[in-house]
Amino acid sequence: MDLSAINPVLLIASLMVAATPLLLAAIGELVVEKAGVLNLGVEGMMIVGAIAGFATAVESGSPLLGFVAAAIAGAALSILFAILTQFAQANQVASGLSLTLFGLGLSALMGQSYVGIKPPQMGDIHIPVLSDLPVVGPILFGHDIILYFGIALTAAVWWVLKYSRLGLVLRAVGENHDAAHALGYKVLKIRLLAIMFGGACAGLGGAYISLIRVPQWTEGMTAGIGWIALALVVFASWKPWRALLGAYLFGGVTVVQLNLQAAGVAIPVEYLAMSPYLITIIVLVILSADKSNAPASLGRNFHASR
Amino acid sequence: MIRLEKRPQPSRAWSMATPLVAVIATMIVGGLLFAALGKPPVEAIRTIFWEPLFGEFSFYYRPQLLVKGAPLVLIAIGLSLGFRAGIWNIGAEGQYIMGAIFGAGAGLAFYPSDSFLIFPFMVIAGAFGGWIWAMIPAVLKTRFGTNEILVSLMLVYVAEQFLASVSLGLLKNPEGFGFPGSRNLQSWDAAHNAELIAGTGMHWGVVAALIAVIFAYVLLNRHMTGYHIRLTGEAPRAAKFAGVNPTRLVLFCLGTSGALAGLAGLFEVSGPSGQISIDFNVGYGFTAIIVAFLGRLHPVGILLAGGLMALTYIGGDIAQSNLQLPAAAIQVFQGMLLFFLLAFDLLTNFRIAIGKPEVA
Repeated sequence: MDLSAINPVLLIASLMVAATPLLLAAIGELVVEKAGVLNLGVEGMMIVGAIAGFATAVESGSPLLGFVAAAIAGAALSILFAILTQFAQANQVASGLSLTLFGLGLSALMGQSYVGIKPPQMGDIHIPVLSDLPVVGPILFGHDIILYFGIALTAAVWWVLKYSRLGLVLRAVGENHDAAHALGYKVLKIRLLAIMFGGACAGLGGAYISLIRVPQWTEGMTAGIGWIALALVVFASWKPWRALLGAYLFGGVTVVQLNLQAAGVAIPVEYLAMSPYLITIIVLVILSADKSNAPASLGRNFHASR
Repeated sequence: MIRLEKRPQPSRAWSMATPLVAVIATMIVGGLLFAALGKPPVEAIRTIFWEPLFGEFSFYYRPQLLVKGAPLVLIAIGLSLGFRAGIWNIGAEGQYIMGAIFGAGAGLAFYPSDSFLIFPFMVIAGAFGGWIWAMIPAVLKTRFGTNEILVSLMLVYVAEQFLASVSLGLLKNPEGFGFPGSRNLQSWDAAHNAELIAGTGMHWGVVAALIAVIFAYVLLNRHMTGYHIRLTGEAPRAAKFAGVNPTRLVLFCLGTSGALAGLAGLFEVSGPSGQISIDFNVGYGFTAIIVAFLGRLHPVGILLAGGLMALTYIGGDIAQSNLQLPAAAIQVFQGMLLFFLLAFDLLTNFRIAIGKPEVA
């Protein structure tokens, strides 16, 4: 065992990379849940985004185009969920589950000819002087553009939810859809847009895994990150900045356990690999006592009856 | 203008018909998918649904129907109890794994004894393994209000890691030349879940599945607990006023589904699969969710749906070897089935009305 081989600066830098897919998916789901919809299909949308982004990046040679394709694929899949829950009034839990089961199968089907291929590299940004600073440089100024996009998205969602009219309407729909309907807001349309936003974010998160974090394609490679993202929204009690904090916490757990595996700690590899899931459960237990921030209409379908 | 009108009562006729409509729609869209993959669509659908039952080698495939259907039905029956009450155990895959590990472990502790008590003991241990794994989300939900969906699902990943750990360590075959995996239970008579009637595929798991169907039917229709389950699902507020104890209901539903999933794991590991290995689980726990919904959460429906889903597994295997249809295509096919089912369920609760609505 050699713990001195773990470099704290690299650890923090890779923690941010590990946290980004979680953050993207969680921010998307946060908006969806704020609109009063519980989409349990995050895992399915992520993995479809992962392969759609990967395939597009390989075929076009442009990782950025891959991310665009991933967002579109995630949003497209989420429309299926929206049709089921918003139009066909299907149970949201069951629909979300079916989205995940379907997405896992679909991604495996799409990805057959992409196993073992290396995707085109997404370069890290390089700002002269700043990126070369010791310690601060690699942590703050030496990442890929999507990572910064994730943080910017968090800030944007926070601002929109808190200060804009759009955010107010979205929250109204999520808190009390009957009242929002009575005020003349198009509940279904707003929810559809929120679901699509969530799908696009989940797709981006998936592509981040297959294009930057790993980077290659394997079946079922999201390995529960979509589910952890769902837990993260509860953890964050529906607040964007706390989602960022939570994502970095979980990213940290993942990176530390991987580093411990590599360093050859006396704990068996399997038990280390369990740790992110166990910690998710523990955090859920600690934080689920307080549900006061949950949108009041969460998980309930809306049908304008006469 | 087309609009939806809520039916005063859910339509019974549509409730029975939607699974059939969904299967037909899945066949059509699935056929299109297969055509898009460059496979003959009619041939592929025929291979999946016809070949295992009436094809040339059906004498081999028919028993497989029981072997594959039993764990699906066993798990789905348990899940349906909770789903009816709005208690979502989606970690059956993990409970299935833990049942197999506990059951096989309990048996292997007595290797090479040939006592007739070994197998019953393994059955109890298997059910206990699944039960205790399901009790984690159940107790966390009742004590702390933790979301059982997320906890039970997280525990699937934990169980998978645990499975890898025991097949490389604790339960590894000491005479296995260093290969991962436990001793093969098929070659140890006292622990082997053998076919009860040779050549039929009938093993103890099939018997257990049939008992579970009858048990669930009686429970839901003739027993107070079953009534409470239905009441909680259909009218939660009424259930609260009627004095239904939600804590007991959560413990009962999750515990039962866990124990049944554990049993399914035990019967699989001691029978068709034979040993604990890293890739022992094949996703029955997740497919059972589709089975439960396809069977309308009704015991008899689940029995039929389990058979149908087993058919797609077997037919999928045949199509894979005969038509080189990718395994993932079958997975998409199964997922699609659930989609269509949920979508067509609209017709159970709503009537499609055409024309301009009156101004209220």
